[in-house]
Amino acid sequence: MSGSDPTSRPVLEVRDARKRFGAVTALDGVSLVVEGGEVLALLGDNGAGKSTLIKAISGVHHLDSGTVTLDGVDLTGANAMTVRANGIETVYQDLALFDNLDPAANFYAGRELAGPAWLPPPLRFLRHGQMAQRTRELLDRLQVSLPDLDAPVALMSGGQRQAVAVARAVAFSTRVVILDEPTAALGLRESGRVIELVRRLKDDGVAVILISHSMDQVQAVADRALVLRRGRAVGEAVPTAENHELLVSWIVGASAGAAG
Amino acid sequence: MKQPGGATVAVVEVENEATATAGGEPTAAAPAASHHVLTLSLRVMQLGPAMILVTLVVVLSLLSDVFLSFENAGNVMKQSAVVCVLALGQLLVILTRGIDLSVGSNLSLSGVVGAIVWRDHRSAAAAILATLATGCVVGMVNGLLYVKGRLPHPFIPTLAMLTAASGLALYLSHAQTIQGAPPVVNTLGAGRLGWIPGAGPIGWFPVATLVVVGVAAVVVLITRGLVWGRWVYAVGGNPEAAVRNGIPVPSVLISVYALSGLMAGVAALLTMGKGNAASPTSGSLAELDAIAAVIIGGASFLGGRGRVINALTGALVIAVLRNGLNLLGIDPNWQYMATGAVIVLAVELDVLRGHVEGRVRSLQAVAAQ
Ligand SMILES: Nc1ncnc2c1ncn2[C@@H]1O[C@H](COP(=O)(O)OP(=O)(O)OP(=O)(O)O)[C@@H](O)[C@H]1O
Ligand SMILES: [Mg+2]
Repeated sequence: MSGSDPTSRPVLEVRDARKRFGAVTALDGVSLVVEGGEVLALLGDNGAGKSTLIKAISGVHHLDSGTVTLDGVDLTGANAMTVRANGIETVYQDLALFDNLDPAANFYAGRELAGPAWLPPPLRFLRHGQMAQRTRELLDRLQVSLPDLDAPVALMSGGQRQAVAVARAVAFSTRVVILDEPTAALGLRESGRVIELVRRLKDDGVAVILISHSMDQVQAVADRALVLRRGRAVGEAVPTAENHELLVSWIVGASAGAAG
Repeated sequence: MKQPGGATVAVVEVENEATATAGGEPTAAAPAASHHVLTLSLRVMQLGPAMILVTLVVVLSLLSDVFLSFENAGNVMKQSAVVCVLALGQLLVILTRGIDLSVGSNLSLSGVVGAIVWRDHRSAAAAILATLATGCVVGMVNGLLYVKGRLPHPFIPTLAMLTAASGLALYLSHAQTIQGAPPVVNTLGAGRLGWIPGAGPIGWFPVATLVVVGVAAVVVLITRGLVWGRWVYAVGGNPEAAVRNGIPVPSVLISVYALSGLMAGVAALLTMGKGNAASPTSGSLAELDAIAAVIIGGASFLGGRGRVINALTGALVIAVLRNGLNLLGIDPNWQYMATGAVIVLAVELDVLRGHVEGRVRSLQAVAAQ
């Protein structure tokens, strides 16, 4: 597998990733490459290993074997904080929001704006106003409207929560954004907004990995689609209407045209 | 968008359903109105413990003519000070989904250590430092056992510590009360501020209450003002997400138990000062009052939710209830039953609040469609 354009360098590269959970082999030698400004769709049935793969990239899971590199720098086995510090942002399928905190606190969780700098990080004073202000600006820019910016996100609808999570990733990413089923809880309009955000990230040169079960979205926004089945990459194609049948057959495992 | 495929159609159907329910209401204003009522009742319920305290005070003032006096208020405040301080520590622990069962024994042990130092060295500073350090170290051991020992739940290390610390307190004191305390500690635990008007030259306002207010102010500052406090709430709200966001969860947990232990040390000073002595059982069962105060104060055992002011209110509820029933000459055994009833009542109120929150959320979801 290599990028379609020989001049562009891969931003993120996963090689021969393997991961077992007890008796379950979640990843069985998966490799992938994403370039800047490219949207890679990750397709596959439930349990195919998509979330496991992206968690291995984002530092939540550690691979049994295989490598993860960002701009040629080895990130294999790095923890979630290091990965984020390198500009890879992830929106997890299970969201990973803090229900008891408001959107601004969620945005800045683990990287609070605080000072003075000579104090050790935990003892710095929170800059509440600054964090609230920047959060508001960002949400406005992304055209996300929330009823109450001071309310804990537990009180928000599924779509609003999703919007907070996606906006957080968009705000802090510099190299790669990984979105695990970001539109699963969203209505048509909100889904469209998320897809619009993905396009904007792409225009900014950010590499995007999008996991989705919606072929329409994948066709609308992705440059390539990689299909996983039972922990293996079984095929890759440009998601066009013509390739629809082919991709679906890979996903469900109908034998035709399956490639290692 | 391109051709609508299966998934898109499903989304459209969901949207239609939502619109249908909204449209099914008799008037368009109805959902908004019920939304307002719900939000309002939510606000009232968020007063939770304050509501209970005010109700108690009103009822007791009507039933007893001595209840509402400066002297009695001073007594209640003095009696509640130890539980208030312990509750502040317990709150931090409960915010992280934990529990500290050892604070009562820790109080006894810290007091005994401080009293021995005072007896043998006559240095107030050394005695105070020894008391606070003992409390803090015991708490830190709790945290280390829980985090580094990978014990499944803080119930276990703190239960073990409850037994161990009380054993150590009895051993060190030869199961005897150790008489005497530094004068400054006596002032903290038993002193009254004569210059606050209301009740003669001796005064009614306990110095211990100043200690409570001071400690509470510090706890508010560190939980609301510092990054550390934000991390405490984050760890309680979603520990896994806290790890993913790079928050040093183990250190946060250890620090929280260490602070709870430090509070036990402060409470030991107040107890020692009040009685001018340290008994190896002076803190027995105090952990239960501290936990009850935090729970009455509406903090969630599920973590991430709870406020300093409410925990203090919870401690006052317990103290006012005991004091009131005492004044009314009611059998002390009833006091325990009444405290039990108040705990259940407070949590029921909280459960109801949870329901209302859920309703508000689903109404907002419909409104957002
Ligand atoms: N933490 C875990 N412990 C044990 N097994 C796990 C764990 N995480 C995933 N698995 C298993 O690994 C396999 C792959 O799961 P994964 O979550 O990666 O699937 P997925 O492709 O994201 O599916 P979906 O579309 O349902 O989200 C499944 O069989 C799952 O049960
Ligand atoms: Mg998944």
